[in-house]
Amino acid sequence: MSNLTAWEKLNIIRHKNRPTVRDYIPMIFDEFFECHGDRLYADDRAIIGGVASLGGTPVTVIAQVKGRNLDENKESNFAMPHPEGYRKALRLAKQAEKFHRPVICFIDTPGAFCGIEAEERGQGEAIARNLMEFMTLRTPIISVVLGEAGSGGALAIGVCDELAMLENALYSVISPRGFASILWKDATKEKEACEIMKITAEDLMELGICEHIIEEPLGGAHGDAGQTAENIEEYLVKVIEEKSKLDIDELLNQRYTKFRKIGEFEE
Amino acid sequence: MLEDLFSVVKKRFNDDEPREANSVKKVTVPEELMFKCPRCRTVYFMEEFEKSGKVCPNCNYHSRISASERIAITVDKNSFKEFDGEMISKNPINFPSYEEKQEELREKTGLRDAIITGEATIRGIPCIIAVMDTRYMMASMGSVVGEKLTRAFETATERKLPIIVFTASGGARMQEGAVSLMQMAKTSGAVARHSDAGLLYITVMTDPTTGGVTASFASLGDIIIAEPKVLVGFAGRRVIEGTIKQRLPDDFQSAEFLLQHGFVDMIVERPRLRRTLAHLIKLHGGGAVK
Repeated sequence: MSNLTAWEKLNIIRHKNRPTVRDYIPMIFDEFFECHGDRLYADDRAIIGGVASLGGTPVTVIAQVKGRNLDENKESNFAMPHPEGYRKALRLAKQAEKFHRPVICFIDTPGAFCGIEAEERGQGEAIARNLMEFMTLRTPIISVVLGEAGSGGALAIGVCDELAMLENALYSVISPRGFASILWKDATKEKEACEIMKITAEDLMELGICEHIIEEPLGGAHGDAGQTAENIEEYLVKVIEEKSKLDIDELLNQRYTKFRKIGEFEE
Repeated sequence: MLEDLFSVVKKRFNDDEPREANSVKKVTVPEELMFKCPRCRTVYFMEEFEKSGKVCPNCNYHSRISASERIAITVDKNSFKEFDGEMISKNPINFPSYEEKQEELREKTGLRDAIITGEATIRGIPCIIAVMDTRYMMASMGSVVGEKLTRAFETATERKLPIIVFTASGGARMQEGAVSLMQMAKTSGAVARHSDAGLLYITVMTDPTTGGVTASFASLGDIIIAEPKVLVGFAGRRVIEGTIKQRLPDDFQSAEFLLQHGFVDMIVERPRLRRTLAHLIKLHGGGAVK
């Protein structure tokens, strides 16, 4: 694997040809039936979801959608979900629980959308609800970070039994830009922020947050989307088989413990 | 961001006044003797202001109070026993001068981090209580807040007790990187177990409850109470104004705004809070499973 800095990785995941989940879904799954709407308010295009077949095994797919061009990005709001997106994710996760299907979440978002309507419809509540409900969802959940995973907006589909990250993906409490503007009042210090924030897949492994790194072709996923998809598929098949074998109460205990032990303090 | 957020709020309150107010000749009074309400700008003697429970007698603004003041006005005298009082944070991402900053704040505030947890009785009813304190890094949530809160919920679950959490926070503690973000999941998991055991969790949102705290345990109470006029929201006001390129209405993200949109059960004034909590716990069978 390459030894790139966080800043170099940020530039790779921002590459205009970086594959998105729309590229990966047909390559990884045999079939995918998209299901729309949260049944409460609307259908948020920043998060798509549905039922799919992973090598013959039925699964539920929930994914944040980066656009490949301006039109797609307009439709998917640059992958920044509104509360109805998170509520759609929860609806589909509950449906997966009912039919004993594993849930696969693809994370790729700068963060939850910040706007008047998002506040009016309870962005905070929607994220909080998902954290709580996903923690006790009685079916395996695997989350894969494809590009950027920003803040609570990413975590809302990131409570899982195992978190994997593509080799160049980044996961952070806030975007490097936001970090720089808050702590140093200077958004242009993005590069400096990248280097101290500890946001690469290796960093997250060290912090005990990420369990697996999925290799990308040299130079990044855009060099060979097909190969990247194959790597993701291979990982998913293996991990789902592994997690599905576990007794469900044992799985839930392990999920709780995975998050329970994160934190560094002394007494 | 936080400082900016609060200066914006202050400014918002102050903007209600005509500009000339700024030019009124300033009388210098020792700061600690006086309180100027950031909302209506009325000036009071500190003594008078404190007697009113730090609620502005003129406009009903519920000023921030420390965790120990909150505990004193909420629980029965001498009933509070603190949990994990010695816990302090490490520096998970080696953030520059994080230790020094904390050392300084501990010295200044007498706190060890931004939350105090423990057990107490309210009108004789036992419960677990957790109170956040904005004087400590704007009560941002890092390892210590996450761990102490999780333990408080676990203790409440084990002992079949109700839990009351007074929330106030600027959000996740950025100086702890992704570790702080994960505290959102950790605390929400502990809430889930307490809830699944059929136990009562009451959130009291105080000024300001924002970011990752709003997006985790604060929004998960069986009953959510807010103090009047407090700021509650997910995204910072300035961030939203930057997105939409216009000024937001004054009451945006106020407790009243949340009540109107269905995210708060009730707004309760500070002097009635203790009684309200006691009654609610009683209506839930003392909080414990029967």
